[in-house]
Amino acid sequence: MAEEVNLICTACPQGCTLTAVIENGEVIEVRGYNCKKGLDYGVAEMTDPRRMVATTVKVKNGFHPLLPVYTERPVPKPLIPQILDEIRKVEVTAPVKMKSVIVENVLGTGVNVLASRDMPAKQ
Amino acid sequence: MALKNIYDVVVVGSGPGGVAAAIEAKKNGADDVLIIERDYELGGILVQCIHNGFGLELLKEDLPGPAYAQHFIEEMLSLGVEALLNTMVLDITPNRHLFVSSKEHGYVEIEARAIVLAMGCRERTRPQIRIPGMRPNGVFTAGTAQRWVNVEGYMPAKDVVILGSGDIGMIMARRLTFEGAKVERVLEIQSYLSGLSRNLVQCLQDYNIPLQLNHTVKRIMGKNRVEAVEAVQVDEKWNFIPGTEEIIPCDTLLLSVGLIPENELSRKAGVKLDPITGGPYVDETFQTNVPGIFAAGNVVHVYDLVDWVSEAGFEAGKRAAQYAISLRNAEARYIPLKAGKNVRYVVPHKLDKSSLAQEDIRLQMRVTRPIEQPVWIEVHDGENLITRKAEKYVRPGEMVTVVLKTKNYSDVSKANSLTIDINPR
Repeated sequence: MAEEVNLICTACPQGCTLTAVIENGEVIEVRGYNCKKGLDYGVAEMTDPRRMVATTVKVKNGFHPLLPVYTERPVPKPLIPQILDEIRKVEVTAPVKMKSVIVENVLGTGVNVLASRDMPAKQ
Repeated sequence: MALKNIYDVVVVGSGPGGVAAAIEAKKNGADDVLIIERDYELGGILVQCIHNGFGLELLKEDLPGPAYAQHFIEEMLSLGVEALLNTMVLDITPNRHLFVSSKEHGYVEIEARAIVLAMGCRERTRPQIRIPGMRPNGVFTAGTAQRWVNVEGYMPAKDVVILGSGDIGMIMARRLTFEGAKVERVLEIQSYLSGLSRNLVQCLQDYNIPLQLNHTVKRIMGKNRVEAVEAVQVDEKWNFIPGTEEIIPCDTLLLSVGLIPENELSRKAGVKLDPITGGPYVDETFQTNVPGIFAAGNVVHVYDLVDWVSEAGFEAGKRAAQYAISLRNAEARYIPLKAGKNVRYVVPHKLDKSSLAQEDIRLQMRVTRPIEQPVWIEVHDGENLITRKAEKYVRPGEMVTVVLKTKNYSDVSKANSLTIDINPR
């Protein structure tokens, strides 16, 4: 018995409306996508949904008290709360360069957490 | 940094539109480009937009706001654009003089051959949507909360209701959830989402935050701090539907109810605004009705994507450079005529060198004091004598005339100025 699930693609700001067709727990068809990313999103959303995560860590001696950070690739959605807990434990010392690794292989996902910008030391 | 008196292009605002304009102005041949920012760092609102999704179109990369900003700021600075921080532009005149107040330089007047307005926009606030009720602490725009949470390190809320389904509101719903707040719900007065659908999915649905369309806030409750809001359903004319009221306890109401282009300066410069967009009327080059004043980005109309703001900035910056260069070339054709020894003044005050190729030009002057003996009236460029005329005497009451001939054109065309001296023979 096939089941249809309506999705909104988050791969880019176009927000295409997709329909995923599921049979016996498998995605057998995705409709409504306009690019390869949309097809991949439709399949992944039903099997292994992932999201980019962006948050902040504390900075010692920084121009700002916080350093914005982001996951270099999307991470599994169910792990987001635990990933945030991991990132929250980190405190860095300025200066920090953009895209330097702040947390390596966060929670064993194989995804690094990177600095979103340079953070100069306090003047 | 020493400020110059005149710049080819001055850009007001260092958000993505302004930075893009400065980059393309420089790449298209503008010599001196100045970007003015009132904040203490470059980047504009992107500094606090730490979520990703920026750059997918222009850079083919899914970047957070600060990384997108830094990418273009580095390019801009490497091209030699001068940046002036901590500086507020107070006034702009239609002939492109800017009056600024700067932490480093004090009150300064700067002249620009072309200006790009890139002041962005502002959030609509509580008074602009007229919510009745008490006036306690705890009612903020979504962008204000974003600044505190993402940059300054303050957590302004524990229990939140968000009015308006704009993108910043939805993004802050997720962000405050990440930082431990409970977001009760998002209310939207319209029958449709006002932000991007992707944000409904990844900011609200992912965290089970309810969105109620056709709903608004009827009343804010709480004396010192927000204690609750009264939500209500509305009909298609936005009238409250009696009996649908619901009290939602919370300590914070965030407003994400639209953005308005920030154009106080544009108005002062004589720029005409479109009442629908709230931004300047522009042509396809992003030039406003005031020649030499261009506008780019959210100051013109509110964009969905930063990539499109950058593209608008690129175009405006390129066109501003072209305008400045043609003005500079026109200025370079003119040289001043200076009153030298025993000359009080000369008319004309300046001349277009190219016109001497077509016809003779008569220079007229008065002397400072009488010389009752034969004199030379000498026209020179500081080094070379270009022409001279003999007179038997000169007196202040009698105007003196000397004519530059078309045959003098080749000498004059090399000169940066001409000086006239009157000496005894």
